[in-house]
Amino acid sequence: MSSVTTAVPAKPYDDNLLIEEFGYEDHFHEHHHGDKYQSNFITHYIFSQDHKIIGRQFLITGMFWALIGAGMSIIFRLQLGFPEESLAWLKPLLGKWIEINAETGMGTLSPEFYYALVTMHGTIIVFFVLTAGLSGTFSNLLIPLQIGARDMASPLLNMFSYWFFFLASVVMFYSMFLSTGPFSGGWTAYPPLSVLPQASSGSGAGMTLWLVSLVLFVISVGLGGINYITTVLNLRTKGMNMWRMPLTIWAFFVTAILALLSFPVLVSGFFLLMFDRGMGTSFYLSEIFIAGEALPNVGGSAILYQHLFWFLGHPEVYIIILPAMGLVSEVLSVHCRKPIFGYKAMVYSILAIGFLSFIVWAHHMFMSGVNPFISNFFVIFTLIIAVPSAVKVFNWITTVYRGNIRFNSASLFSIGFVSMFISGGLTGIFLGNSAIDIQMHDNYFVIAHFHIVMGIAAFFGMFAGIYHWFPKMYGRFMNETLGKIHFWGTLVGAYAIFWPMHYLGLAGLPRRYYSFDQFDTFRQFAEINKFITVAAIIVFALQVLFVINFFYSIWKGRKMTTKNPWGATTLEWTTPIKTGHGNWPGKIPTVQRWAYDYGKDGREFIPQIEPLAEGESDLGH
Amino acid sequence: MSTGLIIILSVLLLAVVVVQIGRVTELAAKIRGQEEVQLETNNRNGIMMMVFLILFLVFCIWSAYSFKNWMLGYGPHISASAHGGELDGMFNTTLVFTGIVFILCHIALFWFAYKYRGQKGRIADFMPHDNKLEIIWTAIPAIVMCYLVIKGLVAWNAVMADVPDNSISSQTPIDAGVLNADGNEEYIEIEATGAQFLWYLRYPGADGKLGARDYTKITGINPLGQIWKDDKNLDDFQPTEIVLPVNKSVRVRITSRDVLHNFALPHFRVKMDAVPGMPTYFTFTPNTTTEEYRERLRDYPEYQALSDPSDPESDPLWKAFNFELACMELCGSGHFSMRKIVRIVSDDEYKDWVSQQQSYYLSSVRGTEEDPRKNELLGVEIQQRKQEFNDAVDKALSAEEAAEKIIRLKYVNFETGSANLTALSRYELDNLVTALNKYSAVTIEVAGHTDNNGAADANMLLSQNRAASVYNYLIDNGIAAERLRSAGYGQNNPVDSNDTDEGRANNRRTEFKILTQ
Repeated sequence: MSSVTTAVPAKPYDDNLLIEEFGYEDHFHEHHHGDKYQSNFITHYIFSQDHKIIGRQFLITGMFWALIGAGMSIIFRLQLGFPEESLAWLKPLLGKWIEINAETGMGTLSPEFYYALVTMHGTIIVFFVLTAGLSGTFSNLLIPLQIGARDMASPLLNMFSYWFFFLASVVMFYSMFLSTGPFSGGWTAYPPLSVLPQASSGSGAGMTLWLVSLVLFVISVGLGGINYITTVLNLRTKGMNMWRMPLTIWAFFVTAILALLSFPVLVSGFFLLMFDRGMGTSFYLSEIFIAGEALPNVGGSAILYQHLFWFLGHPEVYIIILPAMGLVSEVLSVHCRKPIFGYKAMVYSILAIGFLSFIVWAHHMFMSGVNPFISNFFVIFTLIIAVPSAVKVFNWITTVYRGNIRFNSASLFSIGFVSMFISGGLTGIFLGNSAIDIQMHDNYFVIAHFHIVMGIAAFFGMFAGIYHWFPKMYGRFMNETLGKIHFWGTLVGAYAIFWPMHYLGLAGLPRRYYSFDQFDTFRQFAEINKFITVAAIIVFALQVLFVINFFYSIWKGRKMTTKNPWGATTLEWTTPIKTGHGNWPGKIPTVQRWAYDYGKDGREFIPQIEPLAEGESDLGH
Repeated sequence: MSTGLIIILSVLLLAVVVVQIGRVTELAAKIRGQEEVQLETNNRNGIMMMVFLILFLVFCIWSAYSFKNWMLGYGPHISASAHGGELDGMFNTTLVFTGIVFILCHIALFWFAYKYRGQKGRIADFMPHDNKLEIIWTAIPAIVMCYLVIKGLVAWNAVMADVPDNSISSQTPIDAGVLNADGNEEYIEIEATGAQFLWYLRYPGADGKLGARDYTKITGINPLGQIWKDDKNLDDFQPTEIVLPVNKSVRVRITSRDVLHNFALPHFRVKMDAVPGMPTYFTFTPNTTTEEYRERLRDYPEYQALSDPSDPESDPLWKAFNFELACMELCGSGHFSMRKIVRIVSDDEYKDWVSQQQSYYLSSVRGTEEDPRKNELLGVEIQQRKQEFNDAVDKALSAEEAAEKIIRLKYVNFETGSANLTALSRYELDNLVTALNKYSAVTIEVAGHTDNNGAADANMLLSQNRAASVYNYLIDNGIAAERLRSAGYGQNNPVDSNDTDEGRANNRRTEFKILTQ
């Protein structure tokens, strides 16, 4: 299995010497002395064009949203787990959304606000945390560093990308304080509910701001995506051919392509929605009688929106999970001290998943009234996606096999990711089969499935990335003890939350129910709902612990004393501990080999900048 | 408020404690050296990997066992519809394959993580790829997926197939799958319409056909916008629960009045969105009656508890059980409350139930301002009145006494204070024309009468004019003038008391007397 060579490099490993000897002189610092990009506090930390700062901005904004989004889930979980308990103590925070019974003093969450919380939870976590916070953070941080570029192809557009995200955030945040409440029709915003303020108070100003925010967000994604693609295609350093790129870069690259192709379709869907809302068009409306009035709109189709939405919506779940997969592949390989197994198979499976993600969207719509014949195609392609996904899982497991694993928070979370991806991925095989989906569609089985496979798994990938690259971002390490408490607690806690939901789904429990009391069939699970809520509160507390650890470590964490603490092969670890603008103080390193020479020829690792020894095989890279 | 403060303080305190633990361990690591600490960490976490693996698998198996009564196709919750068993089977086939992969992958992942935890001086194996392995583990999932796709799609296309074009909707069809005399399968069509936040149900009535609808016709008393000019609507009824006969094919026509809803019957494995402007359909055959399902639940301990815990007299859960219809597409703040009971009953019970249902049109719309047919008689009414009239004529013709030869024109009415016939009067007069044409020897006197309200002279004139209106109608319809005579008697010949409303109403009348026959 291993390639056998006899040559042992003559020189001891010293990256400064290697860069000096083999690096490429691009005269960057001659052109940029004085550093016009980062000359004062504002241009350095706020309107920065440095990809490393922008990455951190995405991360911290994402963390802010994650706390809000997860905090919302705690409030609606309290409603589901403890419907009899008074929520009057939340009155100072939620104001009129907590209705106090004048006689008993009992405070209850209003159904309208329950649905607003559910909607905002989904929107925030899917778009602001797992798209911007995950792909935005690590694509920005790692693409230039790992391919050997001074910065993104367009640092200016990159800065705009963050600030459009910031604007989107401000608008969305503002919408939560409207007197009619934020949008409450579900994160998928299906019309006619999302079009008609008569149908739901959140569909008034709340929906307007929701749409404005997401259009701004898509601009951010577009600017970021163009940059990532251009940078990967054009700014790779000498020697960094496509087959030598770390899997992180492959993942970010394909993610950016997916985002660029799918988000515009969402926006077009949103524009038609805006026209229906404001200009009296009938793209999605037909034959509606509401609030005592028959609307004049005829001939539209509510299902058209669903096609446009899921044409983004399905690639979106891969936009979320592919970066996590890339991060995990890299982190797992580094800490197992072993090359990622089946590098090319991993790349091909990323490409296959990326391609297939565009032709499976209607599996979200099996029961929405589309012609059942059409579903045949979507079932076939959906279940085919299981194949490249399975290949990736087998490769990760084989990467662990016969490794020499260094257990730390980063590697633990990447192992946790694989476990979550297995558990959540397998339930997708049930749901992707339309025959089973007849029963499972829109019930708790679906909730369990997607939270595990693209919620928890993506968060685990993100945590693995944060713990692993924290030293690169802040020059310090995060606290390992807290990290391990965070990992084990979250691993157990996340399964405790979502595993029982599979059973609730089997019993037919519908999602998006404010209360189960109305139905004999659904009201029998109060104990399980209680258990889930308690587990959710504990897991949320552990995430607060992570945030404390994060900010504490920025200023007080253990200092990084060597450039390459993990013994990694990739280029980001050849930059100085305090990485300035332009990333490398002198020449740009050139790349001599692929990214995964771990344990080769009796050496623990061989960095990418080290030339092949005489007679050493490049393994086709 | 104070409890809130205590909670916040204790959480803060806990956070401080945890952070301090973190700092202490970090200091300890500094003193003992990172490498040694890392090796210890590797051992500890490696062991935890194994512990987690075992506990996780035990938890999965234990939890699945304790929920076995809720698994699709097991325990009391086997499907109550004909197609559901196949879907449950599909679920369980998938469960077997994914269960094997789930357990093997987790054992491999966590066992390897434990076994290959970092140890001093060891270097990992350099094994970058193995194409043979990749091919194997691409091919095997691909084959399994093909199997699941084919099995799944066969089931899907069978379930979702609409009723055949040439099948017949009928109120009480013969057994499912059995063809009727014309060689077509029969089914019942019912309609469920979602609205914020309730379901409207509609059955087709005796003709087996649902009438047409127009959403612009929706009003308070016409919640579905039924078009009353469409005869198919006249016998449609709107029950408060879904009642269906066991083992009969049912096609549910699913519509929405406002936003998206979803017609879901979890016990029957039925689910379909309700889309405004576009009817959707789901065809299924219930194969278990509510009673049979209750009997099934009776054996399970979780169904022995009281259905209403606050009432010790209430039935146990199994006895109170009902199938339920729920909305499963977010439709606004009342989404969670769109419930209807579904009862599956024997064929006889069903027929009985149907016979008790009243046409929505006749019970709630007929004769109101909104009834576009208030100036016309329905076919059935015409039939009924004709029969009534002919019987009266036959009786009078065969009577001996002169008094019995007088027939009252019950349905001939005039506008108040005038001699203008109301629109509905012509039906009765046409019956008279038909009778006169049939018995060509008959001659009659048409007589008008009034009550004693108002001046006697005026009443006399009015009664004469009213009799003349009828006389003219008959002439216009081709009856020879020599067979007719017209007379008005004013208030002189009352047949009832003039002191009550009812009596006066009886006295205001138009009648005819058979003079010769």
